[in-house]
Amino acid sequence: MTLPLLLQHLANALALGSLYALIAIGYTMVYGILRLINFAHGDVFMLGAYVAFYCVALFLLPWWASFVIAIVVTALMGVLLERVAYRPLRDSPKISVMISAIGASFLIENVAVVLFGGRPKGVAVPDILNVKLTLGAVSVMSVSLVIPICTFALLAVLLWVVGKTRTGMAMRAVSTDLDAARLQAIDVNRIISFTFGSGSLLASFGGILWSYKYPQLNPLMGVMPGLKCFIAAVIGGIGNIQGAVLGGFLLGAIELLTIAFLPTLTGYRDAFAFVLLIVVLLVKPSGLLGSRQVEKV
Amino acid sequence: MLRTENVTMKFGGLTAVSELSLEIGKNEIVGLIGPNGAGKTTAFNCITGVNAPTSGKVIFQGEEITGLPRHQVTRRGIARTFQNIRLFRELSVLENVLVGCHLQLRANLFEATLHLPGYRRRDREARAFAMSLLEEVGLAADAGEPAVSLPYGKQRRLEIARALATRPSLLLLDEPAAGMNPQESVELMHFIRRIRDQFGLSILLIEHHMQFVMGICQKLWVLEYGVTIARGDPAAIRRDPKVIEAYLGVE
Amino acid sequence: MRPGRRHLLLSLAAGALFVVALALGDQFLDSFQLRVSSLCAIYVVLALSLNLVNGFTGLFSLGHAGFMAVGAYTCALLTMTPEQKEMNFFLAPVVPWLAHLSIPFLPALVAAGLVAALIGFLVGAPALRLKDDYLAIATLGFAEIIRVVLTNTQTLTNGALGLKGLPMYATTWVVWPCAALSVAFMVFLTRSSYGRAMKAVRDDEIAAGAMGVDVFRVKVVSFTVSSFMAGVGGALLGHLLTTIDPKMFTFMLTFNILLVVVLGGIGSITGSVIAAIGVTILMEVLRFLDGPLNFGLFETEARPGLRMVVFSLLLMAVVLFRQRGLMGNREFSWSMFSRAGLARREDGRA
Repeated sequence: MTLPLLLQHLANALALGSLYALIAIGYTMVYGILRLINFAHGDVFMLGAYVAFYCVALFLLPWWASFVIAIVVTALMGVLLERVAYRPLRDSPKISVMISAIGASFLIENVAVVLFGGRPKGVAVPDILNVKLTLGAVSVMSVSLVIPICTFALLAVLLWVVGKTRTGMAMRAVSTDLDAARLQAIDVNRIISFTFGSGSLLASFGGILWSYKYPQLNPLMGVMPGLKCFIAAVIGGIGNIQGAVLGGFLLGAIELLTIAFLPTLTGYRDAFAFVLLIVVLLVKPSGLLGSRQVEKV
Repeated sequence: MLRTENVTMKFGGLTAVSELSLEIGKNEIVGLIGPNGAGKTTAFNCITGVNAPTSGKVIFQGEEITGLPRHQVTRRGIARTFQNIRLFRELSVLENVLVGCHLQLRANLFEATLHLPGYRRRDREARAFAMSLLEEVGLAADAGEPAVSLPYGKQRRLEIARALATRPSLLLLDEPAAGMNPQESVELMHFIRRIRDQFGLSILLIEHHMQFVMGICQKLWVLEYGVTIARGDPAAIRRDPKVIEAYLGVE
Repeated sequence: MRPGRRHLLLSLAAGALFVVALALGDQFLDSFQLRVSSLCAIYVVLALSLNLVNGFTGLFSLGHAGFMAVGAYTCALLTMTPEQKEMNFFLAPVVPWLAHLSIPFLPALVAAGLVAALIGFLVGAPALRLKDDYLAIATLGFAEIIRVVLTNTQTLTNGALGLKGLPMYATTWVVWPCAALSVAFMVFLTRSSYGRAMKAVRDDEIAAGAMGVDVFRVKVVSFTVSSFMAGVGGALLGHLLTTIDPKMFTFMLTFNILLVVVLGGIGSITGSVIAAIGVTILMEVLRFLDGPLNFGLFETEARPGLRMVVFSLLLMAVVLFRQRGLMGNREFSWSMFSRAGLARREDGRA
């Protein structure tokens, strides 16, 4: 493999990894607080992309306005999802909550099939993101550079919110011990809503950028990225934001570079993440940056 | 009977139990006491295979059982109850005890599903044995009830019956008198002595109830922050200045 | 008469009635209705197999579609004639050892179950060290891996093209006896000491271990047996639809079975049977939802997906408002009726 080609693959891996990271953060935040796999997270990602698409296609809004509207709308949907599907079950057995999550995921997907139609839709990529940048023998689309930049910017904001603000402090308190946090007069419901809102916002951000990088939409487009990003979150150590980002980049790199070096494995691409998951769960179940939890007897 | 040699259990940076060396003779009733968080339940967990100790040995009837899986430990004759009662919630009272008889049934999937004659006979015997245990603990009338519907005191007794069903030679009781009034704990004391004699048991128990412990145990180990601060017969423990300090905080 | 004997007679009578109903159905139902009836029976097998792990052993497994796929492919490849294989594998020829292999349906069905059980064992041995949601994701992952492998092993499975023209072996007299056998198996298993050990593991793993139950072994056995049943169910499904391809065995299929189990009541055999039949029939009855809808004044265009919206809503409604499903974990028994009758008589007296 020549160096320019390798750099090309690395650039693509970086972009894909960034997108994975954006979605994985939402999983890790929700899991950190509620110990719940938000199965519908991937579908929130899909919704973000569709809302942006329809803002442009139906209401003829400029792409940046659509972008803003879409992430706000999707964040609200994330909050609504928690209210409807998870909050009533907060004290129920884990299995019930998971079933509710699966039900919610299928509901969103099928409503999307009904509303948006099952056929894939082509996305018009904004011109500014569709510029071919050439540096020596390496050429990438501008969107592939914008994606990691956005991801790191959002990550910085998120880490500031979690680390430095009162809300962030409350979030950490709730994720350490929900009941104790409630006793400290923290409005737990508000914090949970905030977590779902910000997680969904990041997912829809990822979804829209995804639709610029791979400009085709279909109602099931969130399923695979959703599963993979949960895996990325587990690999990084669930509950840990930096871990989710690390897991996302790792997964993106492993997927694209394996295919690049071993093209015969291309058909198995969707299986890599699952193999990786199983290996990590068996070798270091707490993930790369996670801490071990012991069950109390 | 049971001996632990310098058993130490660390969770991350925390040493829950340090260098614990217990010794329990045949038919003895031994108490493990200490303030909350002293590592008593962790010691139980190390003996029964819930946790594998970080270092040290557990020796039962001359064989080392350190780090064996839970069910293997039970198979060798150690049974236990739990501090925060752990019954099989959706099973009936009788079924709870029958799970304890699982070992005696020794049926494989096919034998059990097809209800082959050998299995049937063993099943009948197990049921009779389970019923006799329920009678022993005064729960025979509740045999068909769901375990969760029992009041607290009866749940504790059911846990003991269930543990006895595994036909142990050593029984570990984790706070058996918790939540009992003086009258009930006196009854429990008689009950524990009776089952010890009847089933030829050795008993190791954790308890906060001082009167109870002093009244029933022949030997005591006192833990504080995982460290054994005293050991001996109840009378000696009562006079031990370290123990008094740990319990009353006397300078 | 002793109640035990009376119940035995009642059961025999119900069994006889069931056989007569099957015979009549086989005679008088049209081919579409027969297909639905067979589908019901297959869903009974599948729902019971999922309920065994989810309901009785408390393992949240989402990998069923994978084991069904293994069963379906095994059975199909074993029963297809050499000519059919040659026709199907036009992109690349089938591996030589399979090309001329063709055995009767029943042994192939058993083989399908055994291969699925073997894969189930291989998956379970590592995955069952995990718990709750991690187990769910890992099993889901294994099912996806199985599907990806089936898609990519061109010379073994014909890849994405799938297999067409399987013989229609899944007739009434095959599928319903399979369903009945599964019900009987589950009833006897759950009443036996082994079933009790499974429920003990479900209710409290640590206490079960302390009672001498080999928790891990019980889990693996439950998972393997469940995979066997899933494999048989998958094989039957393949031979009912007469075509199979990897796309059939996505998470959607597991979702359908999960819906049945949850609706019927997690941990209830009776519930699974009733819900399997109910949901299967409802799925067919509601098929019109996916077509154009006529509201008298206006007609909507066809909206495929509406039917699944209904089922997703149904699942969520059950979890949110009636968590225990139709039956909770209760079971049907004849004494249910005598108790009800007794209560009525006492009411009358009062």
